[in-house]
Amino acid sequence: MELRQSQTTLTAMLEGELDHHSAKAARERIDAAVEKNHIRLLQLDFSGVSFMDSSGIGLILGRYRLMQAAGGTLEVIHTPPQLEKLMRLAGLSQLDVIRQSAENKGGDLHDTADE
Amino acid sequence: MTQPMNEMRLTIPSRSANEAFARASVAAFIAQLDPMVEELADIKTAVSEAVTNCIVHAYRESAGQIYITCRIFESGRVQIRIRDRGCGIENIAQAMEPLYTTAGGERAGLGFAVMQSFTDKLRVQSLPGKGTTVTMEKTIRRRP
Repeated sequence: MELRQSQTTLTAMLEGELDHHSAKAARERIDAAVEKNHIRLLQLDFSGVSFMDSSGIGLILGRYRLMQAAGGTLEVIHTPPQLEKLMRLAGLSQLDVIRQSAENKGGDLHDTADE
Repeated sequence: MTQPMNEMRLTIPSRSANEAFARASVAAFIAQLDPMVEELADIKTAVSEAVTNCIVHAYRESAGQIYITCRIFESGRVQIRIRDRGCGIENIAQAMEPLYTTAGGERAGLGFAVMQSFTDKLRVQSLPGKGTTVTMEKTIRRRP
């Protein structure tokens, strides 16, 4: 996983299969970098994630709480279509962390009314 | 009861490194039913949740074996059973509530909710101190 930093913005390029096993290492690296570099905006970039179970949701919720406690912001970006079903089930739209981008033409999670 | 057209059994120790192996093995076995990419992803996700539960909950104080049985039927039905001999669940209804978790901050509490919505049928049997058996079924749509 590559971490990109620009001033107080950190972008974590998550990759591969995100499960209970792999989420632990990602979490530890992200949290250490957030704390060390006084990050204000944390972006979790899911474009390289081919599979995810609810451990990925736990990773998002944990980082959401972390950034909230520090007075910062979390953004979930570049969610591939195959992950949207799970994100919708988790009701992440209520947290308003998911950002759609021009190249992400998947369903808009903000508009799902089935929560 | 109809006879399965094929069956596989897999026993793995409760190590988190085996989560990926377990779901990939079930997916590879089911490939003979020619599932759609999305059906396969649903099954992999559900299996990953069940196996993770064994590791995070059933064997949280110990290590043990996880027993996976997968049966496929002519109709396209897939039955997956994931069993442990771990601590068991005191209150199954509560454990199955979305967002309920006993594992703390990094677990979303969505394991059973995902198994339920990503498969057609979910049954959970558990005896405290004896273990838990999760049985899931999903029918792979036959393509013309």
